[in-house]
Amino acid sequence: MFNIITYKKWYFIFSLLLIVPGIIALSIFGLRLSIDFTGGTRLTYVAKEQVNEQTVNELKSIISSEGILVSTTQVSGNQIIIRTDPIDEKQNIRIEERIEENDFPLTLDQFETIGPTIGQETALNALKALVLASVLIILYIAWSFRKVPHPTSSWRFGVTAIITLLHDVLILLGTFALLGFVFGVEIDSLFVTALLTVMGFSVHDTIVVFDRIRENLIKGKGGTFPQVVNDSILQTVTRSLNTSITALLVLFGLLLFGGESMRWFIVALFIGIAVGTYSSIFNAAPLLVLWNEIDMKLKKRKT
Amino acid sequence: MKRNPFLLAFIVLITLFALLVNIPQTIHINVHTPEIPVYGKEIRIDQSFPGFTPHFSFGPIQFDRDLSIRKGLDLEGGTSITLLADMSDVERAERETALESAKQVIERRVNFFGVSEPVVQTAKVNDQYRIIVEIPGVTDVHQAVELIGTTAKLTFWEEGSVSEDEEATTAAQFDPNLPLNSQIFLGNTPVQTDLSGKDLEKADVIFDQNTGAPVVSLQFTSDGTKKFADITSRNIGKRLGFALDNIMIDAPYVQTVIPDGNAIIEGGYTLEHAKQLQLQLNAGALPVSLDVLEQRSIGATLGQKSLERSLIAGIIGFVVIVTFMIAVYGRLGVVASISLVIYTLINLSIFRLIPITLTLAGIAGFILSIGIAVDANILIFERMREELRRGKSRDTAISLGFSRAWTSIRDSNMASLITSAILYYFGTGIVRGFALVLAIGVLISMFSAITVTRTFLLYFYKK
Repeated sequence: MFNIITYKKWYFIFSLLLIVPGIIALSIFGLRLSIDFTGGTRLTYVAKEQVNEQTVNELKSIISSEGILVSTTQVSGNQIIIRTDPIDEKQNIRIEERIEENDFPLTLDQFETIGPTIGQETALNALKALVLASVLIILYIAWSFRKVPHPTSSWRFGVTAIITLLHDVLILLGTFALLGFVFGVEIDSLFVTALLTVMGFSVHDTIVVFDRIRENLIKGKGGTFPQVVNDSILQTVTRSLNTSITALLVLFGLLLFGGESMRWFIVALFIGIAVGTYSSIFNAAPLLVLWNEIDMKLKKRKT
Repeated sequence: MKRNPFLLAFIVLITLFALLVNIPQTIHINVHTPEIPVYGKEIRIDQSFPGFTPHFSFGPIQFDRDLSIRKGLDLEGGTSITLLADMSDVERAERETALESAKQVIERRVNFFGVSEPVVQTAKVNDQYRIIVEIPGVTDVHQAVELIGTTAKLTFWEEGSVSEDEEATTAAQFDPNLPLNSQIFLGNTPVQTDLSGKDLEKADVIFDQNTGAPVVSLQFTSDGTKKFADITSRNIGKRLGFALDNIMIDAPYVQTVIPDGNAIIEGGYTLEHAKQLQLQLNAGALPVSLDVLEQRSIGATLGQKSLERSLIAGIIGFVVIVTFMIAVYGRLGVVASISLVIYTLINLSIFRLIPITLTLAGIAGFILSIGIAVDANILIFERMREELRRGKSRDTAISLGFSRAWTSIRDSNMASLITSAILYYFGTGIVRGFALVLAIGVLISMFSAITVTRTFLLYFYKK
């Protein structure tokens, strides 16, 4: 039978190859945070005809002349998206008037102003939710797996599930740091939702494998711990693949037809679910084995 | 495992109920065929049928509501404004009341827009008091902010002269230029006085010395005192109305001439009501000043486009899942697809019944929960196949498939529920919508993917 556990070193190396560039990208470029987190204004104009460079520049100068700092402009199709410092009501009215005076064939389709306090609050809440969810999931798994017999302990299952989760989150964040640098993709509250979904999926997937390990351990047949883990992975691998293929097919459909506003959200889900499936098979259970091996070595040294 | 006819009946009933709830408000049939050769005529049907609108009362419980799915601003277009109330001048104990009455003032103003479902909520975050206003369909932010933020006028009105003729015609001519309800209080022809909010020095809540009932005392400025004395002297025995934001609040009877600018409104108020009235009178209308923290407006076309796209995406996703499940699991896949249809129906009817406002993020949560529901069936089917390979009978395999897969379904779903509870608690706006939809989906999926699938398998997958 195929032995997955024997090659565990290689999976860890592969994961590091994915994570390390991401961390480097994160530390050099950082994430491009949208105004949801930084505060500011986003103006989305829709033009009646194709947008040219000149219109964008004139629009920019109108806004700047109100003493507002324009941070980015982005043109996609007949849409112009402009990010600025927070614009207040009066300034906005003046800008609108100037646009009308200059007879630009533009309409303001979307106007968002977010105060800096709200932005910080959103970011802080997301972080709080991430940490608290992790802790509670560790506690739940530790409790639910309490009957697991030696040589392992239920806490290890919980902690390993969270390490796997962090692995998936890091890869996703790293990828978006790169995407932000290359394509100017922004991290907004929709991305946070995607991240949370991926977290849910990651834990969900890991638990299915762990559940099988638990079952096989309690049944008490099937040899050494690494063997039991290996069998459990093989027994659940069809399910893992089928489930994520279903999810990925659906996401692929969404990607083709879902439209502009959801595109990067779906890309995030796609990457996250693919990575989550990989890590639940090749990282989570092998990590349990690794932990067990280190533990045994330490005990041997003591005696 | 035994077949359970009651369970089957229950599933059928639940499905029928969900179907009923999901029937649109009006069913519109519009068929127009070209000429049919033999018949020699065109067929043209253009007719609407009323759908299901629940309307019943059961003792104290009344149910009468529109069951259409509520769409968030990102799907419908509209404006959302988050306001920060400046509470620095308001005493700590009074802040909740002040926020509440500011909310009511805003609600009244927003209702001027005449949109279907404006939402005005209050929220306390850390030490900040906020009011969140959502106006679907209105994308003119300027208009919205202006209407909400401006200090409204306090005006005073007296009864107009009533001629014999008008007395005879009992049907009041409704005049839209007058404050709302003013004709109810003051008869057909209310007249505005020269007294207004700027003549008011301050309002207080005091207690009547004789009855102990809370009353609102008014103190006018010197200018206002003169005007007020004038007005009261010519209106003894008649009513004097005051209107906020062009809505008449109350019209107490004038009992005596008041020369000193100190008036008392005794309206048989509760303490709460009196306090609220006092706050409104004091600030002209808004008891606290408001700053805009956040505002978003989404064009109606953009919202419509997002909605259409997500609908198409949802249908495609559904077709993909059904195709995949049938391709991989054959007849089992058909059963899984049927429970998935029931799952979707139940979910949608819950969205309608609670009701839950559906946003883009909510749709994402829904799609994820479909994934979870499918996953439960995949887990069960894989386990059944495994048991079959080990030579177990089909009956035993079904039974083992469900019991063995249960622990992983339970634990993984618990993890999802924990995550969504935390998200709901910490999240704001879209994250909350996502969490709520996900949690409902996970709970329903436990019923559909396990109970429904098992019952159908026992009945239709026997041999």
